[in-house]
Amino acid sequence: MDAITFTVQPGEMVGYIGPNGAGKSTTVKMLTGILYPSSGTVRVAGQDPARERVALARRIGVVFGQRRQLWWDLPLRDSFDILRHVYRVPLPRFQRNLATFVDLLDLGPFLGTPVRQLSLGQVMRGELTAALLHDPEVVFLDEPTIGLDVESKGRALDFLAALNRERGTTVLMTTHDLADLERLCPRMLIIDQGRLIFDGPVAQIRECDAERTLVVDLEAPQPPLAVAGVEEVRAVGRRQWLRFRRNRVSAAALIAQVAAVAPIVDLAVEGTPIEEIVRRIYREGMDGLRSAAG
Amino acid sequence: MASTAARPHLWLLRASLRAQVAYRLSFALLTVTAALATFMDFLVIGAIFTHLPRLAGWSLPEIGLLYGIAGVAFGITDICVGALDAFPQIIRDGGFDVLLVRPVGTLYQVLAREFAMRRFGKVAQAGAILAYSIAHLHVTWSAPKVAMLASTLVTGPLIFGSVWVMAMTHVFWTVDTGEVANAFTYGGSFLTSYPINVFAGWLRDLLAFVIPMAFVAYYPVLLVLGRPDPVGLPSFTPLLTPAVAAGVVVLAAAVWRTGVRHYRGTGS
Repeated sequence: MDAITFTVQPGEMVGYIGPNGAGKSTTVKMLTGILYPSSGTVRVAGQDPARERVALARRIGVVFGQRRQLWWDLPLRDSFDILRHVYRVPLPRFQRNLATFVDLLDLGPFLGTPVRQLSLGQVMRGELTAALLHDPEVVFLDEPTIGLDVESKGRALDFLAALNRERGTTVLMTTHDLADLERLCPRMLIIDQGRLIFDGPVAQIRECDAERTLVVDLEAPQPPLAVAGVEEVRAVGRRQWLRFRRNRVSAAALIAQVAAVAPIVDLAVEGTPIEEIVRRIYREGMDGLRSAAG
Repeated sequence: MASTAARPHLWLLRASLRAQVAYRLSFALLTVTAALATFMDFLVIGAIFTHLPRLAGWSLPEIGLLYGIAGVAFGITDICVGALDAFPQIIRDGGFDVLLVRPVGTLYQVLAREFAMRRFGKVAQAGAILAYSIAHLHVTWSAPKVAMLASTLVTGPLIFGSVWVMAMTHVFWTVDTGEVANAFTYGGSFLTSYPINVFAGWLRDLLAFVIPMAFVAYYPVLLVLGRPDPVGLPSFTPLLTPAVAAGVVVLAAAVWRTGVRHYRGTGS
C-alpha cells in the first residue's frame, strides 16, 4: 500500500474495488484495527483503529465474506444473544433491531437452526445481522456477496441500502461484483498495486468511456451494413451490432443512416459493461481510458 | 459495575460451554476417555513410587505433595487455558480477524473458545494424590503453611498459564502449528513434578530464575515442609510466589499485545 488517501463523510456509501492483491482487504483490515499501519494515519469515526481497537469495535460493524463470526454449533438466535451481551446492547433496542432485521432478511424460518446446518446465503444473512445488531455508525463489508445466490444477494443489498437511508449508516464495501456497486454505492474508489487510481461517482467512470454499441433488429437478414462513422459491424441473422464512439458520431445520426437503407424493427444503444471499463482501467490506468475517450 | 463489566466475558464462556454440549455423545466419550487416561497415569505413578521410596532425599508423601500441587495446577491451567491449542488454527484460518473486531480482549476470546471441563480428570487425579500425601506427611501445620498451600491453587495456574501463553505467542510471527509450545506445556508439567535439585545445575537454574516454573510447586512446598533451598536462595523466597505469579501474568500480557501488534493476518 502506497500513499492511499481518502476521506468518507458520515452517511456515504462507498465501493472499494481493485484487482486481486491490490490491497483492498488490507485497507479494510487497517480501518477496522486488525492490522497496524507501518506508516501513515488512519481515523475511523475520529478514532485510531489499531490503538483504540476495543472502543472503536463498539461503533463499527464488520462483515467478512470469507470469515465467520457466528457460533457454528449453536442456533442462529443464540449467536445474536451472545453478541447482544458482548456489545452490551440494551434489551429493548436489541429486540427492536432483531425484529427489523428478521423481517428485512427473512431470517424467521431458520432462527432456531444451528449455523452449521444453514446454506451459504442464510449464513451470510445471519452474518449481516450479527454485524449490525449494535447499531454501528460505520459498516465495513469485505466481499460480502461472494458465492451468494441472486435471491440472497438482492436481499443483502436492499438491506444495506435501507440501513443507509433510514439510519444514515456509513458503508464501505469491497467487492468483485461491480453490478453490486452500481446498484448500491454512488461513490467508487479504485486501487491498483497499492495506489488509489480513481475516486469519484460511478457515473463519472461511465462518462470516461465513449464506446457505444447500436443494436438493431432488421426486418430481414442483411450483410453487415456499411455506415459512416462506425468502427465495427457484426451481423447474426436479422440482428446487427454497430460499434461507434459517441464523441465522433451521434446515435441519432447512425439510426437515421441505418433506417435509410433497411427497415428497423427494434433497436437499443448499449454502453460498455462496467466490468469491461474497470478491466480496462486496471490494464491502462485512468489516463489510458480518458485519452481513448478524448 | 464490576458484574456489568464482566458480562460480555461470561457470555462468551457460556457460548463455549454450550457448543461443547451441543455434541452430547462426543462430549461424554471424551470425558470418559480422559478419565481412563488419567487412571492409567495414576497406575504408572504408583509403580514408580513403589520402586523409589526416596528421591533426592525426599520421602514418598513429600514427593506426592509436590506432584499433587503441580498436577492440580497443571489440570486447572489445562481447563482454563487449554483452548490455546486451537490458537495456531485460529491464526491460520483467519479467525483471529473476527476476534479483533469485537470489543473484548483477544486473549480472553481465544481462551473462552473452549473452557474444557472434560479435562477435569487431571485435577481429580492430582487432587487425590495431594490429599493422600497431606494425610501421610509429618508436618506441623500453621496458618502460613495452609495459606501457602491454598494460594498455589491460584498462583500455580497463573504461572503455568502465562508461560503457555508466551510460548504460544510465537505463532503470531511464524504462523506454524505451535508444536514448539508443547515443550513448555507438557515439559513444564513434567519438570514441576520433581524436586528441582534432581535436575542438572543449568536446568535447575533455568527453572528457578528464567522460567519461574519452580514457583508453581517447588518453592511453596519448601515452605510447607520447612526445608532450606538447595539452590541457596533466601528462606523468604517461597513468599515471593504471588509476586512472581503477578509478574509473569503482566509479562505474558505484554508479550501477547506485542504479538497482536505484529499480526499480519492471512489470506484475503
